[in-house]
Amino acid sequence: MADAPFLAVKNLAKHFAPTAFSRGPVVRALEDISFDIRRGQVVGLVGESGSGKTTIGRSVLRLIEPTSGQINYDGTDITRLGAAQLRRQRRKMQYIFQDPFASLSPRMTIGQILTEGLDIQGIGKKSERRAKAETALAAVELPVDAYDRYAHEFSGGQRQRIGIARALTLEPEFIVADEPVSALDVSIQAQIINLLRDLQLRLGLTMLFISHDLAVVEYICDTVIVLYLGRIMEVAPAAELYARPQHPYTRALLSAIPSLDPLARQDRQVLKGDIPSPANPPSGCVFRTRCPFALEACVGAVPPLRATAEGHLKACIRDDIA
Amino acid sequence: MAITAPDPTVDPTAVPQTKGPLRRALDRFFENRAARAGLLIVIPILLAVSTYPLWWPFGPNTIDLRAMNKAPSAIHWLGSDGVGRDVMARLLQGGRISLLVAVSSVAISTVIGFLVGAVASFGGRLVDGTVMRLVDLAMTLPPVIFLLVLASIAGTGIAPTILVISLLSWPVLSRMVRARLLELRERDFVVAARGMGAGLPHLLFRHGLPNCIDILVVYATLQIANAILLEAGLSFLGLGIAPPEASWGNMLNLARSTVVLENYPWQWMFPGAALVLTVLAINFIGDGLRDAFDPRSDLN
Repeated sequence: MADAPFLAVKNLAKHFAPTAFSRGPVVRALEDISFDIRRGQVVGLVGESGSGKTTIGRSVLRLIEPTSGQINYDGTDITRLGAAQLRRQRRKMQYIFQDPFASLSPRMTIGQILTEGLDIQGIGKKSERRAKAETALAAVELPVDAYDRYAHEFSGGQRQRIGIARALTLEPEFIVADEPVSALDVSIQAQIINLLRDLQLRLGLTMLFISHDLAVVEYICDTVIVLYLGRIMEVAPAAELYARPQHPYTRALLSAIPSLDPLARQDRQVLKGDIPSPANPPSGCVFRTRCPFALEACVGAVPPLRATAEGHLKACIRDDIA
Repeated sequence: MAITAPDPTVDPTAVPQTKGPLRRALDRFFENRAARAGLLIVIPILLAVSTYPLWWPFGPNTIDLRAMNKAPSAIHWLGSDGVGRDVMARLLQGGRISLLVAVSSVAISTVIGFLVGAVASFGGRLVDGTVMRLVDLAMTLPPVIFLLVLASIAGTGIAPTILVISLLSWPVLSRMVRARLLELRERDFVVAARGMGAGLPHLLFRHGLPNCIDILVVYATLQIANAILLEAGLSFLGLGIAPPEASWGNMLNLARSTVVLENYPWQWMFPGAALVLTVLAINFIGDGLRDAFDPRSDLN
């Protein structure tokens, strides 16, 4: 099957239950998440803080255990893998972290950080590992003499490059980039985004790109998934989503992008209030409490994700607002 | 002023090489005056204690019948005791035993403490709960009574004393290690290691141990001073190192006799002084190490 998706997530859910000795509500961080990523595609995951972007990113790599659902990675369901199989699987999938200051160990040299994965996986001899690490350093345009230095000697942008180089040393097929630029200066953001774009094209990487910066997502992603309170609101090819947003939440997000055109500012649609607590989500459509188009019917049932055009899915019962 | 052309051999983007975190901590340690004084006391004591048979004519159990209860003199620098043994030789041999007991019991309790804390923090909720309740239990035992019971079971001598002291002192360390590792477990670079397939040994020894090294070093140093005192206390009570073997504690035991206390002060004063001096110096070093490893000290 040539058309089989590279990564297929089906009905993924993550609930954080209270511990044995404490009482409290179950936090429903993710509910019924399904999406596909084709090989070589970059899929963007957008949504405001607390919508579950990072939880999806980490669940997909099984850095946190999902409560239910399947994650089919190139035909294998990684939620069912045993420890040894998972360990082998981890070679193929890597994570790039948001905070370049927390993601590098302060007690290891860059060389140790870059060869850590090869060491864990038992790949190559010492000299070969070093060669691979130096190749990765070159790929992220850092000098080779960074090898013997410590992370604290580098700036934020440089550290993020090291984080990217670390993800590359295992030569993965799939990378989850969790807001890789949101902790950086704007001028450095562009460099890192271009670097990621180049690497993705050159190495044929498949990528799940998490961000809340819609401009960055438009630039780098083929398909965009809009997330709200642990549920998918809309899925569409990037160009289509920006041109014809279907879901009221997507429209609100897009209208929040700062614009230089003073006329365009006037019909800005501002959402009121905060995202509700995932410990106590609204019934029916989770967005209805802030949705300007909400109807009585939105309270009753969770709107299913349905196709409105080729490759364009939305979870909204109204068709008259697009 | 002339504007000079940039030097083509210097790469402006090159980052200056600086020292690693351990190296910087050591630099801070050596800037600390009390810590340097501590080292200045401890190193000569260690040297003297370890080499004394080479340069001191008397053994710890050599009896000189012509010198019983003699005050310090040119021959017996620190005097002699009731059966004619040289106080200097016994002091040095006692130091050997005291330090041996202290260092080995601390080494054992540090290993136990680290492993218990590590297992608790990385073993999941159930293991953590069980282990930490056991640690709580161990900490609620009154130390003096626990020590006496253990000592009466284990008996006297070097190995039982080491055992008793090391079994008493690990719980505090295991709590500190657990707290540190629980926090570390959620740090991004540890998550990254897990994402690359790291198992428990890798996480514990490549990330856990280096990031606990400050706790371990400081604890071990301060605990050595404590263990010396514990050993002295046990031996004073007759439960630690038994005569004729010398230790600072059982030499102090002599002071229980009022005759010795009043008439032969050199027999108990020197081991007492050695004890105080060593413990003080080691505490200085421990404090210095703690300050040196304190992450906030980089800000000063």
